[in-house]
Amino acid sequence: MKEVLGLYNYWIVIGLMMIGFYTMISRGNLVKKLVGLSIFQTSVMILYISMGKILGGTAPIIIEGRENVVYTNPIPSVLILTAIVVGVATLAVGLALVVRIKEAYGTIEEDEIHEQDDVM
Amino acid sequence: MSQHLPVLQVVVPLLAAPLAALVRRPRLSWLVAFLAALWAFGVAVALLHHVLSVGPISYHIGDWAPPWGIEYRVDQVNAFVLLIVSGIAAVVLPYARASVEWEIENERIPLFYTALILCMTGLLGISVTGDVFNVFVFLEISSLSAYALIAMGQDRRALTAAYQYLIMGSVGATFIVIGIGLMYVMTGTLNMADLAQRLPAMEANRTIPVAFAFLTVGISLKLALFPLHLWLPNAYAYAPSTVTSFIASTATKVAVYMLLRFVFTVFGAAFSFDVMNIDRILTPLALAAIVFMSLSAIYQPNVKRLLAYSSVAQIGYMVLGISLASVFGVAAGILHLFNHALIKGALFMAMGCVMYRVGSVRIEAMAGLGRTMPFTMAAFVIGGLSLIGVPLTVGFISKLYLVRAALEQGMWPVAVLVLVGSLLAVIYVWKVVEVAYFRQPIGDGSIREAPLSLLLPTWVLVLANIWFGVDAKLTAGVAIRAAQTLLGVGS
Repeated sequence: MKEVLGLYNYWIVIGLMMIGFYTMISRGNLVKKLVGLSIFQTSVMILYISMGKILGGTAPIIIEGRENVVYTNPIPSVLILTAIVVGVATLAVGLALVVRIKEAYGTIEEDEIHEQDDVM
Repeated sequence: MSQHLPVLQVVVPLLAAPLAALVRRPRLSWLVAFLAALWAFGVAVALLHHVLSVGPISYHIGDWAPPWGIEYRVDQVNAFVLLIVSGIAAVVLPYARASVEWEIENERIPLFYTALILCMTGLLGISVTGDVFNVFVFLEISSLSAYALIAMGQDRRALTAAYQYLIMGSVGATFIVIGIGLMYVMTGTLNMADLAQRLPAMEANRTIPVAFAFLTVGISLKLALFPLHLWLPNAYAYAPSTVTSFIASTATKVAVYMLLRFVFTVFGAAFSFDVMNIDRILTPLALAAIVFMSLSAIYQPNVKRLLAYSSVAQIGYMVLGISLASVFGVAAGILHLFNHALIKGALFMAMGCVMYRVGSVRIEAMAGLGRTMPFTMAAFVIGGLSLIGVPLTVGFISKLYLVRAALEQGMWPVAVLVLVGSLLAVIYVWKVVEVAYFRQPIGDGSIREAPLSLLLPTWVLVLANIWFGVDAKLTAGVAIRAAQTLLGVGS
């Protein structure tokens, strides 16, 4: 029981990761695939934040007059700020590609795109 | 100034990228890109010279001492990779001018060069850094610009190829982030040298093998190890000629370097090979890549696609060398890194010349080109011979080292499969040569030899193929020293 409830944030990470991954594999719609990718990347962000968080820990700012303050590790959060930027950029490039695919093929369904390519 | 070379290697091209977009004039932005590439090449030569004569360089960004600050660390291995990336960029850019003007609309050209320099910056950054999270950031810089570059191809299939690459590449990069995060949670450090010191104490913990697995799979996606190569053939086939020439000879090479770095430096050969037995999965996959991808290449009607499949097979040779985990094996892998960059650079540039004059790279469109475009096809033939591994070309040197490394460990079936791969290469190169030399030219005879601005850079690489094939002292010497550094045996 401790493994399930005590580590619930990691179970959420695994759940989100699999939902995202499954969406990417199973969906033929290019936008839905990108949504899956986004969920997949978000799960990793939660993984990082969970790693750095300490129960009752506060932001790493020195508080005068108090000793033995518990701080949360700020580095995973900082790393994830970078990863968020990367994720946004990836999504933007991906959606831009989908727009151009729609212009070129008239569809964003994977199987219809393959059909058109096979005819050529 | 000279002690700042490691960071200038990355920062100057990084600043040149927005400049190329801001000048807005195609020719001017080309000049900016060319100067940035020349600069990077000059710095890489200086760094390699310094590393070979003095020893590894450790550069602390902002003077923050590692492991707290980001460290740029240059040793024999990445100095060599920096030289490959910047050298190919410096040869591809003179070629790019005419080719890009023909393939890309005028108003997009400055943005094209911006993306191209960004891609180079990212690849240089991955190579130079000694910080694992920095690797991820640069990886995404190079990948995102590569997606945009591939999507600029004329064929609309370039768009779907770029999209597929984006999906698979992002999954690979995310796997790498997971691996890095798991290593960080166990050790509290992101510095490669620091990780190498702290990881052995943690080996018994299950988190570290999981991190290792995520990193291996993520990097394998990036380097297109069979069967994770599905993004590669279309991406290479439909990208603009310049982009294919550049990315084919650098991007997968840098990913192979990442594999070397993580397997040997961060985790250490003892953990990777004795505990995780990574060779048991890498060797069969590498051999499968060599045989199956060479076979697939034979059936491709599009020559750029044919060469792309051959690239996946050639990556098999590099990974095979690494998986042998001996000095000769790893040296063969590193050597082939350099040699394959020269081979595929030359071949794809020759195909770019064909594209420029004929407008297609399908095999049947190349009938009689041996007569109408003699210099282009001669470049293709020499590049093809090098790909097969004929003596006096660089391909021969790579295969020689690889076969020697395999026989050293008594793995003669591996050596046989390497040679089978060469035989299959004979078949797919011959398919093109036959059509180009033994068929009558089609069309009205209006096809002329490619312009000098395309031919010269192509021939620079072709001659490099012969030069380093005849005199392999420099490349093989550096490769062996790099392998010794990675394996931690006496230099």
